[in-house]
Amino acid sequence: MDPRLSLAVGVSRLSAAAIRRLGRGGGTALPGLLATLIDPGALGKLSRQLPGGCVVVAGTNGKTTTARMLATILEQAGHRVVHNRSGSNLVRGITAAFAEQSSLLGRVRGEIAVIEADEAAFPAVVRQTRPRIVLLLNLFRDQLDRYGELDTVARSWGEALRALPAESRVVVNVDDPTLAALTGELAGRRLAFGLAERRVALDRLPHAADASVCRRCGTAFTYRAAFISHLGDYRCPGCGFERPPLDVAAGSIALEGLERLSFEVTVPGRKPWPVEVPLSGLYNVYNALAAVAASLALGIVPEVIQAGLAATRAAFGRLERVSYRGRSLVIVLIKNPTGLNEVVRMLASARVEAPLLVLINDLDADGRDVSWLWDADLEPLSEARFPVFTGGIRGADMALRLKYAGVPQERLRVLGDLPGALDAFVSELAPGQTGYILPTYTAMLALRRALAGRGVAPAFWRQ
Amino acid sequence: MELTICWLYGRTMNIYGDRGNVLALAQRCRWRGIEARVIELGVGEPLEPGRCDIFFWGGGQDREQVAAARDLQGPKGEILRREIEEGAPLLAICGGYQLLGHYYRPHQGEPLPGLGVFDAWTEAGSRRMIGNVVVESEEFGELVGFENHSGRTFLGPQARPLGRVRVGCGNNGEDKTEGCRYRNAIGCYLHGPVLPKNPQLADFLIEAALRRRYGEVTLPPLDDTLERLAHASAVSRAQSAR
Repeated sequence: MDPRLSLAVGVSRLSAAAIRRLGRGGGTALPGLLATLIDPGALGKLSRQLPGGCVVVAGTNGKTTTARMLATILEQAGHRVVHNRSGSNLVRGITAAFAEQSSLLGRVRGEIAVIEADEAAFPAVVRQTRPRIVLLLNLFRDQLDRYGELDTVARSWGEALRALPAESRVVVNVDDPTLAALTGELAGRRLAFGLAERRVALDRLPHAADASVCRRCGTAFTYRAAFISHLGDYRCPGCGFERPPLDVAAGSIALEGLERLSFEVTVPGRKPWPVEVPLSGLYNVYNALAAVAASLALGIVPEVIQAGLAATRAAFGRLERVSYRGRSLVIVLIKNPTGLNEVVRMLASARVEAPLLVLINDLDADGRDVSWLWDADLEPLSEARFPVFTGGIRGADMALRLKYAGVPQERLRVLGDLPGALDAFVSELAPGQTGYILPTYTAMLALRRALAGRGVAPAFWRQ
Repeated sequence: MELTICWLYGRTMNIYGDRGNVLALAQRCRWRGIEARVIELGVGEPLEPGRCDIFFWGGGQDREQVAAARDLQGPKGEILRREIEEGAPLLAICGGYQLLGHYYRPHQGEPLPGLGVFDAWTEAGSRRMIGNVVVESEEFGELVGFENHSGRTFLGPQARPLGRVRVGCGNNGEDKTEGCRYRNAIGCYLHGPVLPKNPQLADFLIEAALRRRYGEVTLPPLDDTLERLAHASAVSRAQSAR
């Protein structure tokens, strides 16, 4: 027994229980912080006990949903899974999740871990957990005030990948040219996934495409197909760098409204097999494909993967439905231009004609710089007929962005901060009507509190 | 009437919502019945003298800044310099602003030569200056934006600052100046983007462009209720939590 580790686990669990009893939220950050103060090596000691090892999931968009899908698949396969389910993805939040599933002697009760890691925390998480699998989703421009430039994040990831144990495998979305370039030297240990489907491609590269220039030679890529932002089938006319061959691909993609999606998994030399997921949007095709690829790397059979994906539920605030005062509210978290683009694209393709409330905060966890609103393509909203409300600390900035996107001023209204904005929005909805709420991260937490205070929505730490 | 807006290095230098400035220029023209065309001019693409009415140049990552600096050594940079001398309106933010001074000296390697339009130079700094900024400008009144830079820009004796910072670091975090003004050119560190929340700056650029092409003109006012609301909320945010 390791007395220091045992103390760290005990303090983390007790403080988490106390915070929950006080009703102060999920209780992950402070307990984890205490644990790492008592034993800075706690995460490493706990995670390395797992016989099945750790899967570390990283990327700008889709971490929480992908990690949930993978954890559900592993549970479906009969494993006991350690998972930072609440989305607390810094070292301290991950440590708290491990402590929560450990005995007071510091023994982890689980076989395998699925860990979602924040972009900036990724190198430290990888160093401590020495993962069996690293699952890399994408790198978009996000919270530049916090993370620095995309290049800075990419460089720190590159260093972390080079320091991986020799037996680790890297499962990577090679539709992202930055990730393909970063993992190029790992060829033997790399499992590459991407989309093999021209029908879902965009007409042109969107503005928020972040990495459309070759990292090796600086030439602009040409795209055979662009799917989301700079994700696609690209080639550099300068040096010939191009999307590597796909080891796991999604084809025959069908997006059916806001209810479900399906596609076929293709592995070279094998018969394609279908999957169906009760989520929507092309970005969830990427998330599901990532979970499929990682599951295959873990040796899980298609039948179990299919069952796991079918059982996946929307994560906290990711297209979550809540019924309130006889109205139906659909909550979709927005974090960055690409995420916002995809939500707008999804609403447009599903022909949603419902009032919209966009809540923009600028606290640390949202990114203090709201200029990202101007990198999103909101022009499709200019043609819709429904009113658009804005709120949160920087609701006025959002209204201004929409005005310059061409939304007529008479369809725009600034509602102020929560919880007032929620009440004002709901009173604009007719009974039985559906309204869409698009909050940034801390606005979603505030929305959650406002709804919980009115007796709706489950507490997220119990999900 | 019609205006051509030239977006310099739009594909490679467009960080932190800088394209909002291009949208603001174009929309504020269109709302007044002025046709606005936007052309992007990238590395290797020639600049035709007299073709463009307003220039916009945003910020970028180091790699892209090097490519732009190289691209402007030669006739293209010479043409741009002459346009500015002759009164073409230009707005440059952050990385673009830095390359309009004499040079930008990075942490490692040779200094990047600039166009020298502004009597200013920039040194790479160790501290990143990040946060909301409020600037007092004699010419344009109160300006608000968001800065995010480690380069420290110093103004020479010929240079006139855009204004003085009330909140934030500005050019270098030391002398309270922010940005630089020369003829109809404005360089500054204000992301945000700056023009939508400070529409008087956008209208200054549009008016200067119209005068240059069409002679004396007066811009009809627009309903700027939302602009003023967003400006005020950004200022109060800057004052409460930088």
